[in-house]
Amino acid sequence: MKKAERKSLDKNLLKSPTGIQGFDEITGGGLPTGRPTLVCGGAGCGKTLFGMEFLVRGTTQFNEPGVFMSFEETNEELIKNVASLGFDLEDLIKHKKIALDHVHVERSEIEETGEYDLEGLFIRLNYAIDSIGAKRVVLDTIESLFAGLPNQLILRAELRRLFRWLKEKGVTAIITGERGEETLTRQGLEEYVSDCVIMLDHRVNEQTSTRRLRVVKYRGSMHGTNEYPFLIDENGVSVLPVTSLGLGHIVSNKRISSGITELDKMLEGKGYYRGSTVLVSGTAGVGKTSVAAHFAEAACKRGERVLYFCFEESPNQLMRNMRSIGIKLEPWVHKGLLQFKATRPTLYGLEMHLAVTHKAVNVFKPDIVILDPINTFILGDKENEVKTMLMRIVDFLKGNQITALFTSLTSTESALESSDVGISSLIDTWILLRDIELNGERNRGMYVLKSRGMANSNQIREFILTDHGVRLREVYIGASGVLTGSARIAQEALENAEVLTRKQVIERKKREIERKRNALKAQIATLHADFESEEAEAIKLIKTEKDMINRLEQDKIEMAVSRKSVNGNSKTSKLKK
Amino acid sequence: MMKPKKGNSDNQLNKRKPAKTADDKWVLRLYVAGQSPKALTAYANLKKICDEQLKGKYSIEVIDLLINPKLGNEDQILALPTLVRKLPVPVRKIIGDLSDTERVLVGLNLLHIG
Repeated sequence: MKKAERKSLDKNLLKSPTGIQGFDEITGGGLPTGRPTLVCGGAGCGKTLFGMEFLVRGTTQFNEPGVFMSFEETNEELIKNVASLGFDLEDLIKHKKIALDHVHVERSEIEETGEYDLEGLFIRLNYAIDSIGAKRVVLDTIESLFAGLPNQLILRAELRRLFRWLKEKGVTAIITGERGEETLTRQGLEEYVSDCVIMLDHRVNEQTSTRRLRVVKYRGSMHGTNEYPFLIDENGVSVLPVTSLGLGHIVSNKRISSGITELDKMLEGKGYYRGSTVLVSGTAGVGKTSVAAHFAEAACKRGERVLYFCFEESPNQLMRNMRSIGIKLEPWVHKGLLQFKATRPTLYGLEMHLAVTHKAVNVFKPDIVILDPINTFILGDKENEVKTMLMRIVDFLKGNQITALFTSLTSTESALESSDVGISSLIDTWILLRDIELNGERNRGMYVLKSRGMANSNQIREFILTDHGVRLREVYIGASGVLTGSARIAQEALENAEVLTRKQVIERKKREIERKRNALKAQIATLHADFESEEAEAIKLIKTEKDMINRLEQDKIEMAVSRKSVNGNSKTSKLKK
Repeated sequence: MMKPKKGNSDNQLNKRKPAKTADDKWVLRLYVAGQSPKALTAYANLKKICDEQLKGKYSIEVIDLLINPKLGNEDQILALPTLVRKLPVPVRKIIGDLSDTERVLVGLNLLHIG
């Protein structure tokens, strides 16, 4: 069995998964099977724990028992130390899944009297390995032998033999070593163990410490070469492989509401894309957290899980404040849909935050993650680091189809857009909240600076906090600029008044026309009457004239008649008539 | 199973010399791995020193770790051969093939006795 394993090893490098979160991803499967790996680093960087977790996970998850040979801590100490990480070593020892062997070398008790070798160590290790059929071995700080045994020549030769022997034995081994001044390990162990070297680091930067892990070399295998932050917490070691992520996220066409109806309307009426990254930035006190809380509440109402990282307020304070604008978050916390993680950014370094976020997300498995706010990370000139960290968070969340909402405080209005440029390229939907100062008032305006993949509104809306949450109003944009608040209200009143005046003018015009029409009608009627009377008169006159004509005719006839008989008489008689 | 590294281990070196008096009893343990040249040299050297210095009041227990690997843990044996002085207390360890007699005597705290 072992021979077969060794044969296949020659052809293709086999790997033993460590079970340590993230580590197997970086190394493409774990540590080289059947070969020793050197884990080096300074004091307190987690070497022992890394080794112990390798064994515990190896036996519990991959059914590969392991031997832990400790040169520093006693078995009792070890059991106690790792119990805090949830490893029940005593139980594993009882079931012959793990063997502990504490090798103690006391310089003062030892007298060298000639030729010797370390066969005793070999025998002990061999015995321990065979007694439980171990496949994995950890030698925790074998370098302490250098302090115990004076003859370095023998020791070095024996160590070389030991590592060769481990290879022959076909066990996957971790050898830990203290970091040296110029070498990876104090005693130059890397000289002997050269298949795989892992460096652990514990760096303090601006009073915050960050643990980092780097695969220095890995013969015959691809591996991530970056420094990866790692965490040690109650669940052991977890390494973040986030830097190795590419841009191959799955994208979703699903849309989710922002929780603010009017804002949804600005985003094609549908809201954000699921799995997108939303940035809400703005100056102090413009309601960034309110926008975030709205989003959280809306998500909880849909039955989604929300992980809320607050870096400035305590969860209780935040919930109280949100209650004042009608957003009730407590019920969702009780239901377990909403979880707050409140830490000061200064608590750990950036990498650590990344690691904590990573871990919390993996545990809680949220649909939505809110980071409120992100700019508190920027202490000093670490903007670049913050950017890479955020990039990794964004990549990680996107990879998991988690919608992320970040809030960011921008310090001055002039740099409203520029100060966030560092991360703007990472953001899919950027909502800008800004102060609009006018007429001795300060009002809030909101607009969508960008929103990838949708026809977002380009309008500035006035942002109002009411008892029922956030409301957006259309702002007045006119010749005198953008008006908000009371100015807007005044302007609206002004407009209303103007409309009223206009209406009155129209009324007046209408009445005037009516009056004119009536006058016209009256005039027509008078004219008509005049005409009629004139006509009647004319008819009368015509009649009279006609009568006159007739009379004259008659008179003429009568005269003629009278002249025939009595000339004079007829004349007088005619005159009389 | 156990894989003897050096030579055949069937032949045990276990030999004891009973102590004469309880007070003056020297209990020595020699850890070896098989009958390696170093083991044989060490045993021979030890026997010689004891016969010269502690005649009649010592016992030597030779433990072959290839046969009883478990026993190595008790005395924290790393290097072989190792001589452990169990009695009189305090326990002392002497590693090597005991060819440097003077250092053995220092190690066993026998110089002022002799």
